[in-house]
Amino acid sequence: MDAASISMYLEETWATIYMTLISSAISYLIGIPLGVVLVVTDKDGIAPCSSVHTVLGVIINIFRSIPFLILLVMVLPLTKLLVGTTLGPKAIIPPLIIASAPYIGRMVESSLKEVSSGVIEAAKSMGASNWQIIYKVLIPEAKPSLLVGAAICITTILSYSAMAGFVGGGGLGAIALNYGYYRYKTDIMMVAVVVLVVLVQIIQEIWMRLSRATDKRVRN
Amino acid sequence: MAKGDNIIQLVNMGKTFHTSSGDVLALDDINLDIKEGSVQGIIGLSGAGKSTLVRCINYLEIPTSGKVIFEGKSLGDLSDREVREARRNMGMIFQQFNLLDQRNLLANVTFPLEIAGEDKKKAKERALELLRLVGLEDRYKNYPAQLSGGQKQRVAIARALATNPKVLLCDEATSALDPKTTAQILELLKKINQELGVTVIVITHQMSVIEAICDSVAIIDHSHIAESGPVSEVFNNPKTEIGKRLILGDGDADSVKPVIFGESSNSKIRIVFDGHSAHQPILADLILSCKVPVNILFANTKEVEGQAVGQMIIELPDNREDADKITQYLRSNNIIFEEVD
Repeated sequence: MDAASISMYLEETWATIYMTLISSAISYLIGIPLGVVLVVTDKDGIAPCSSVHTVLGVIINIFRSIPFLILLVMVLPLTKLLVGTTLGPKAIIPPLIIASAPYIGRMVESSLKEVSSGVIEAAKSMGASNWQIIYKVLIPEAKPSLLVGAAICITTILSYSAMAGFVGGGGLGAIALNYGYYRYKTDIMMVAVVVLVVLVQIIQEIWMRLSRATDKRVRN
Repeated sequence: MAKGDNIIQLVNMGKTFHTSSGDVLALDDINLDIKEGSVQGIIGLSGAGKSTLVRCINYLEIPTSGKVIFEGKSLGDLSDREVREARRNMGMIFQQFNLLDQRNLLANVTFPLEIAGEDKKKAKERALELLRLVGLEDRYKNYPAQLSGGQKQRVAIARALATNPKVLLCDEATSALDPKTTAQILELLKKINQELGVTVIVITHQMSVIEAICDSVAIIDHSHIAESGPVSEVFNNPKTEIGKRLILGDGDADSVKPVIFGESSNSKIRIVFDGHSAHQPILADLILSCKVPVNILFANTKEVEGQAVGQMIIELPDNREDADKITQYLRSNNIIFEEVD
């Protein structure tokens, strides 16, 4: 492999990491409140409200059922408005967020639901407000599970980001598609895919270790 | 508020749950006065409504009728914020301990203080003091997963006492523990009642728990209070069917029918020994003076409120005359007894 190819791989690997991390961070900023609202408004939640719960659930399901490639094209005007371009790694960030925030909302919901109702009841019996229950009980107690969920969400966002190639988005997916698939250079495609696989492995491993290391339920 | 005043009053309290399969009446017309500084027991079979009752006391469940009066104020008249403040005066412990798994023991005990907005340094001092009280101060950096069940309940007790509550609600607090640990936890609750003056309310399905630490008891059956009063009174003379079943049983409300009764169709009587008569050889005297043999079907002695009390069920002889001799002897010696079936 020549120096030009190597620098291309490095550049596009960085583009992939950049897209994934920025999108994940912003998606989590939206997804955590979504998950919290889903849990607290549930009929067994701390502030049951079936109308909010149902409406939010339906909206989330709608976004989750749109295939990412279609969503990518559908939100192009919005992308142009938000980041000023429909090309390059930046342009993939808005659709990535729209697709992954609802997904993260569901992951957060399922993690928070693992917190035992007895612990929440105990907090209530001490006079905790709903807000205190959320940030002092629900989220800290669900932390190990939230981190496991993050490993799944971030790797999913990474694989979505590879589809950016279809809309001129750049990243490893663009190499695989533009250089590898369209020009019949299978080796280039394979290298890009291998790099993606390695990235997924690394992210998965880091987050799982983080989860295990911070989980106080494990006897050390 | 002085010791002996009512700290909690339940007035015509009822709770109905609205479920998709219709309304379920959990509690109906509950009237109970709980005295400041006392240990009040609430016993019943599972499903009788006792867990709902204790949750109504601190408004975790809001009664659908009647009132809960805490220190003279009806909780129903308070705002959400005031109810939360009232709860800080009522600690609660649970069957499953409900500790925060991701916090160490110190942080578990400071948790209620954190919620109340207490100064961090003061909270830490208070927490260490309480961990010392429950005998776990050297373990303060440990996490709940590193503790045994009894130790977890001790931490839960320390946590429940952090805000200096006047009342400690115990919801089946010893049901997940073995008998030895149960005795230790009950000892600790008694100490907290006597040394700190905390009013303790104990929910249980085990008569042995009531006998061990309670001053008064209320028996809950099918959403109602069947009977209530001082433990010795209820124990010596249970008036209701459920009371008799709980006391005559092996002390565990979930396995009520005592296995002692034989096939015999002869009449049986239950003799109660209170603190005084327990020291006299009543049965030996009875046999000697009546010259009639009796068959002992069941007997036990327990310590209730510091006094030895016991009960015995004996089978009366076939012969009507002999049976009358026995009952007359008991009556003339002022021994409490009743016929049972």
